[in-house]
Amino acid sequence: MAQKQKVTAVVCSQKEIAPDIYDMWLETELAESARAGAFIALYPKDKSTLLPRPISICEIDREKHRLRIVYRIAGKGTKEFSAYKKGDTVEILGVLGNGFPTEKAEGRKVFLMGGGIGVPPLLETARVLDGMGIQADIIVGYRDSKLFLKEDLEQYGKVFIATEDGSVGTKGNVMDAISENDLKADIIFACGPMPMLRAIKKYAEESGTEAFISLEEHMACGVGACLGCVCKTKQVDHHSHVHNARICTDGPVFDAREVDI
Amino acid sequence: MNTKVSIAGVEFKNPVMTASGTFGSGMEYSEFVDLNRLGAVVTKGVANVPWQGNPTPRVTEVYGGMLNAIGLQNPGIDVFIKRDIPLLKQYDTRIIVNVCGKTVEDYVEVVERLGDTDIDMMEINVSCPNVKEGAIAFGQKADCLYDITAELKKHAKQPIMMKLSPNVTDITEMAKAAEAAGADAISLINTLTGMKIDIHRRCFALANKTGGMSGPAIKPIAVRMVYQCANAVKIPIVGMGGIATAEDAIEFLMAGATAVSVGAMNFINPYATTEIVDGIEAYMKQYGIEDVKELVGAVK
Repeated sequence: MAQKQKVTAVVCSQKEIAPDIYDMWLETELAESARAGAFIALYPKDKSTLLPRPISICEIDREKHRLRIVYRIAGKGTKEFSAYKKGDTVEILGVLGNGFPTEKAEGRKVFLMGGGIGVPPLLETARVLDGMGIQADIIVGYRDSKLFLKEDLEQYGKVFIATEDGSVGTKGNVMDAISENDLKADIIFACGPMPMLRAIKKYAEESGTEAFISLEEHMACGVGACLGCVCKTKQVDHHSHVHNARICTDGPVFDAREVDI
Repeated sequence: MNTKVSIAGVEFKNPVMTASGTFGSGMEYSEFVDLNRLGAVVTKGVANVPWQGNPTPRVTEVYGGMLNAIGLQNPGIDVFIKRDIPLLKQYDTRIIVNVCGKTVEDYVEVVERLGDTDIDMMEINVSCPNVKEGAIAFGQKADCLYDITAELKKHAKQPIMMKLSPNVTDITEMAKAAEAAGADAISLINTLTGMKIDIHRRCFALANKTGGMSGPAIKPIAVRMVYQCANAVKIPIVGMGGIATAEDAIEFLMAGATAVSVGAMNFINPYATTEIVDGIEAYMKQYGIEDVKELVGAVK
């Protein structure tokens, strides 16, 4: 794993792809060491908002040294990012976190499952799997018909949609979409809101499927020092020898069996 | 040019340290900065046994700073001695171990265990606002602070520095109590107790409801308290609270601190510590200052 760095990235493009959801390409040397399921942290320029904002990597273009992030406006920091234009610069910290263990998918049937703003990291994961000759079933949930990244995902696998209001695909959540389409897999990679991840953990345990879930928590440092972003673990963690893994460095991706969520 | 400072007979290559809890045991930030360039690494608090810490959310941002309620999650002294001290010993920097506890006996146990290790100093955390039992209780009443300081002095083989809470009516009374009980130094300020409410979810931003505020927004309070304490006691002071730049660090030195610690700024700029080391040297060059000690208490 390459050394973490704080560097200046240049905005290549940005557009709003759904209400309050922004799609930004950044030119940065961090593209070299970026990996599917890992994240970067962006620093707002406004000095009243000091902490870096952790945002998952949506797509990696190593040849052009570019990273794509798709994020939702959640507060002052992301509001500021959403106004950035081509040529603007932004300080970023990365590459952070472990990423999805795609090597475990070799020769297996894969589900990529995402909900809302948890969908973006699935894109790079799907691309990597495609490169390994694996077309995953990609099951993604949205609130309503304002979908995003659907066409991007369709390049690498079969996409099943669930919407809360039933306007597109299965009415309900990603679990409903699995049963409605009678889908099966050997291994799951998932990112999304906590209720979805809990349901996936339960499903994985009951069906004997291996599942790797990406967790989220408020972070300060992003590098494992402050112990702000912990999650409960079954085993004693290697850092503090309690039952608290650090999401920023031990995660964000965990074997669903290893975490109490 | 001399950047060395000395506290309780321990010499530091420069006055720049890390604030406890923001720098782990140094390993996480060794990817960003050369620890050999720091005056000292002040470690995350360590107790006699592992501590779970508080539920999440443990951190939240506030205007110009942040609140934390980590609750002193730590692996306990056994793992710390076996793992963290040897890692830090690979570097040419001083090691100051922050010690926390729930009872006087807890503190004594850690201080005694550290007595046989090759560390340079201990910082006694009697000011964490996020732990319900012990800890802060020792740091908010002058007589309690006196008693625990005097007790720890009996057991400590290395110099001890008492870390003071700003959440008191008059911090100089705490400084005087620590000095009178034999503390070798004091460090201040720990975080200021704060609160943030999420008006959209109608809940507290932190699971612990309250948290300690740190970051650039608290600096003027910290500078004031360092100045007050420097005028109240003769023992050396390590000043901290919102230090982001070399200019900030120099303010603390001029207010009377012998050394400074960089805290929350590590999260905002992982290179902050060494940039501050460089910045202090540049300032000394600019003003023709031969010895950094000339800056200590320079403003009366």
